[in-house]
Amino acid sequence: MMPLLEIERLKTILNTGPKPVRAVDGLGLKIFKGETFALLGESGCGKSMTALSIMRLLPETAEIIEGHIKIDGNDLLLLPETDMRKVRGKRISMIFQEPMLSLNPVMTIASQIEEVLKQHFDLHRTDIPKRILDILQQVGIPDASRRMAEYPFQFSGGMKQRVMIAMALAGEPELLIADEPTTALDVTIQAQVLDLMRELQQRTDMAILLITHDLGVVAEMAHRIAVMYAGEIIETATREDFFQRPAHPYSQKLFAALPTRSKRNRGLAVISGNVPPLSQVFQGCRFADRCDHAWELCRQTVPEWIEMAADHRVKCHLFSEQKESKDQAKIPPETASSADADYAAPHQDAELLNVTDLKIHFPIHKGLLKHIAGYVKAVDGISLTIAPGKTLALVGESGCGKTTVGKGICQLIPTTAGSVQFNGSELTGLARNQLRKKRAEFQIIFQDPYSSLNPRMRIIEILEEGMNPLDCDRHDKIKSNQKANKVDELLQRVGLPAEAKWRYPHEFSGGQRQRIAIARALAVNPKLLICDEPTSALDVSVQAQILNLLRTLQQNLGLAYLFITHNISVVEYLADEVAVMYLGRIVETGHVDEVLNAPKHPYTQALLSSVPVIEAASKRESIHLKGELPSPTNTPSGCYFHPRCPYVMPICREIYPDKSTFSATHSAHCYLYAQNQNSAEPDNKC
Amino acid sequence: MPFDPVILWTDALVYLLVAVVITIGWYIQHHSHLLTPWRRATHSASGMAALTVLVIFILIGLLDTIHFRPALDNTSDKAGEKIYSVEVLSLFDIIVTPLRTRVEKTYSAPLSAHLYAKETVELADGSQAREFTRLIYGGAHLEAPETQRINDITKRAITGAGWGLLAWSTIVVSLGMLLARQNNISFLQMQSAIWRGVTETPWYAIMITLGLIAVLLGMIVTLSTHYHVLGTDKVGQDVLYQSLKSIRTGLLIGTLTTLIMLPFALLLGIAAGYFRGWVDDVIQYTYTTLSSIPSVLLIAAAVLMMQVYIEIHPEIFDTASARADLRLLFLCIILGITSWTGLCRLLRGETLKLREMEYIQAAHAFAVSHWRIISRHILPNVMHIVLITIVMDFSGLVLAEAVLSYVGVGVDPSMISFGTMINAARLEMAREPMVWWTLLAAFGFMFILVLSANLFADAVQNAFNPRIRTLSEKASQSSCQAGNMPQSNTRSPRTATSAISSEAKDTAHP
Repeated sequence: MMPLLEIERLKTILNTGPKPVRAVDGLGLKIFKGETFALLGESGCGKSMTALSIMRLLPETAEIIEGHIKIDGNDLLLLPETDMRKVRGKRISMIFQEPMLSLNPVMTIASQIEEVLKQHFDLHRTDIPKRILDILQQVGIPDASRRMAEYPFQFSGGMKQRVMIAMALAGEPELLIADEPTTALDVTIQAQVLDLMRELQQRTDMAILLITHDLGVVAEMAHRIAVMYAGEIIETATREDFFQRPAHPYSQKLFAALPTRSKRNRGLAVISGNVPPLSQVFQGCRFADRCDHAWELCRQTVPEWIEMAADHRVKCHLFSEQKESKDQAKIPPETASSADADYAAPHQDAELLNVTDLKIHFPIHKGLLKHIAGYVKAVDGISLTIAPGKTLALVGESGCGKTTVGKGICQLIPTTAGSVQFNGSELTGLARNQLRKKRAEFQIIFQDPYSSLNPRMRIIEILEEGMNPLDCDRHDKIKSNQKANKVDELLQRVGLPAEAKWRYPHEFSGGQRQRIAIARALAVNPKLLICDEPTSALDVSVQAQILNLLRTLQQNLGLAYLFITHNISVVEYLADEVAVMYLGRIVETGHVDEVLNAPKHPYTQALLSSVPVIEAASKRESIHLKGELPSPTNTPSGCYFHPRCPYVMPICREIYPDKSTFSATHSAHCYLYAQNQNSAEPDNKC
Repeated sequence: MPFDPVILWTDALVYLLVAVVITIGWYIQHHSHLLTPWRRATHSASGMAALTVLVIFILIGLLDTIHFRPALDNTSDKAGEKIYSVEVLSLFDIIVTPLRTRVEKTYSAPLSAHLYAKETVELADGSQAREFTRLIYGGAHLEAPETQRINDITKRAITGAGWGLLAWSTIVVSLGMLLARQNNISFLQMQSAIWRGVTETPWYAIMITLGLIAVLLGMIVTLSTHYHVLGTDKVGQDVLYQSLKSIRTGLLIGTLTTLIMLPFALLLGIAAGYFRGWVDDVIQYTYTTLSSIPSVLLIAAAVLMMQVYIEIHPEIFDTASARADLRLLFLCIILGITSWTGLCRLLRGETLKLREMEYIQAAHAFAVSHWRIISRHILPNVMHIVLITIVMDFSGLVLAEAVLSYVGVGVDPSMISFGTMINAARLEMAREPMVWWTLLAAFGFMFILVLSANLFADAVQNAFNPRIRTLSEKASQSSCQAGNMPQSNTRSPRTATSAISSEAKDTAHP
């Protein structure tokens, strides 16, 4: 069968530095009609460059120096630019990662789609609106006839991505390139978009080149998979083969680095080091430096493609040398780095942090005199407790107020009502000076390691900053050499060399920066760390390193964590307790096993089922939520979840449900279960 | 004493500025992490060439700042007290005395031997004729200027260029020896390194710029002894002298105004962005009000008020220079007070953005005080805006001075500045035949001054931006090529990163 897209020996270089960076280096792949081909790899391995090379939309500094990109046998690289324009959008379309940035904010949705239609079809003026309406209905935009005249800012993130898909589909392409199409979206929305893509593919029989770093998405979507590393493909396989028998050590490591519940209390496998800089000339296997199984040959000769099974090829010496004894090559699933034994956290009855009925409302000012027109109820009465040395995970979609809770507990934003008690003393309502003395006890780690370190300060200054104001209250001035020792010790604790302190943050990679941010928080010996999605900006293998570090620190220092995340697998791996948040309120809370094994609240159930699962065998019945998170300015009456709830009852629309207790630790707010009789009046103001 | 030192107000401020700069320089010298970006700034060829030109300008400006009143000859009164001249001279005036004193009758073209206008002269036979009379000084040594002038000028120019080259080679040799000794390599090795462009600091660029300046200077010096190199103005004063004197005025207006404006802009802009609330409201209303009044009107009103005050109280100034100087200072202050709004607005916006950054939030979580957050986190991160604005304003202010002089509220008419020169040129351009050299001279000097300031600021900004690494990378690469080149201890950041990453495997987890 003739492949729809065939890439041979593609080499793309970037001329940005003194040496050319080989972003794509000898890549070859075939995509057939109607199949989804996933290109899997960590950031910086050349996935997006491959996509842009296919579209010939490379930046100025990039250049394709070798290879062929054939669509139906025609080489795209030989086409003049005018002909190429007829290919883009018509035969090959692309959707980008960030829907907020890929739509023009000053054009209506209809006129943006119209551009595509005008370019590729000879439609009559009167037919165009009809066609646009068709396309928008195809991608499931409700009330399309009204919404097509609206501007992108009037759409939510998921809807924008649907519009992007609509634009991509307007030209009825044969190949759709989706560059991380759901990375910026929440799990429930991601599930909707992936469903849509699957359904469209079945209807139109187009091929999809799915570029992603998320193994879960790959498992849900792909027919065939190629793993990319340092500019080249190192393994291709069908989905079943890949998920059952990953061959290349890198692929295996990727699986081992994923946090799951079965790896609780064990270290995650880490891939040591970083992706090598692509500006160097490689000798031998590119993964050799980070591979546990590398031997002499790996460093000297480039491995050839080896056929493992039909449609399963791998570029690794392990399989050519030991073909006869394949079992030896099989690497046992990570026992090496799971040396840590179970640990018993210091058990105390006293609660370290006790938050009761915390409310954080932001006023909305309107009009000339800035009168208050309403409130954004970011956090609307949550209560939670954390015991010393324990981890509480706060889970929820973006916009549900998770981060605000974290900042509110840290007293970085003023709270509206409720109390935050830390070690028995009240934190809310304290003046800045009174709060200073308590600051050392709790620290926060932010999501984005790139904006959480001041680019103009060296690491030593960053680390000392925390120590200075907090220490001068407690002791007299600490001697400077003592301080320097402390800095060295901190860096060592987070796994960085002491010399690192003389450098500026921009010289470090994302994972290293996150380590520095952790070291900064540790500098004041806190008892509680509030981790605000500390790994969501990082790659899987780096995420594993950070999770390992956090776990080790908890063991050694007895830290308590409030772990704010939307990543369920991290929760499974790290948390002791889970609190699920929806629209500023906690809908379900309990021990991690209770909540994840037997979710009670319909939202928790939907959230868990939307998470793409890797084990194809254990495919769950998925409950896909309709619609999106309502605005916290205008919260629904009754139960906040009722507009999206599949089990909605009349009472749900009227009064917010009371707590239903299932065990000593597990409780939820839902009318499906018996309400507690003896608790306080239900909170029915909205 | 043969002279009486005079310290004008602006002189005092310039001395203060120099002292501050030297102190900061000394402080930076002793703190290697502060020194590194500045050292990186010296790696830019265009920046260094611009700096060389700037240094020459600043040197002239500083020489022109040392003021005194010379004692009048043989006029000691009976008490043995010397009487000092009412004219305040600067060290620079003394150096260029011939330029200052050789005043012609009226306009003369550059390097000309005749006046630019016809004059009625009485001939030997008593009849009258209208002709271009010979200049008193320019080309006075020539007997037949029509035939000899070109040859004479060429000869003198070549001699001057020769002297310039000689001076330049002396500089090259002595500088080369100094550098060679510093780096412990032989003189020839150093020279070859310089001219192949592999030194970390692009000495070749500095050398070439110095060479050009030396040749030009040599030519001007030899020519100006017998000619008016850039012609003369309406009252016969040498335009070259005026242009050189204008440098101090230009530099003063560019630097002092910024100095006066900076505290307002920094303090108010950052405070408004950082504290929000009523502080923000007050500051915003203040600068909106201020910037909604046409600034020329505001400046004119202030200058006129000051002018009236000066005229009512002539007794407080002992010399005309003191009066002109105070007027200049007030102009700087008034310009400063009216021009802080632009930078303030920019800084407020940037601070609004920065205060939401997570590292600022982290600092709050560490209970860092407001003042420390502002000085350690916000100020360094807005410095690039300040730097760019200062340089952009520098040229703008020099131009503003010209505009204000045109309206009549600029510097004192007796003070030479680019503004007064351009203002005068306005009428000269309409004259027939046109007098073009005043404008050209003012334009040329201003252009070079502003351009070199811009280029230098560019280099500094690049060096201070931690994200731009190409400069240092190129430098370290070239130092690798040179092999035994010094200062290669500054490792390139990329190698540093990889060194760490290989070490930072996962030590927390054995």
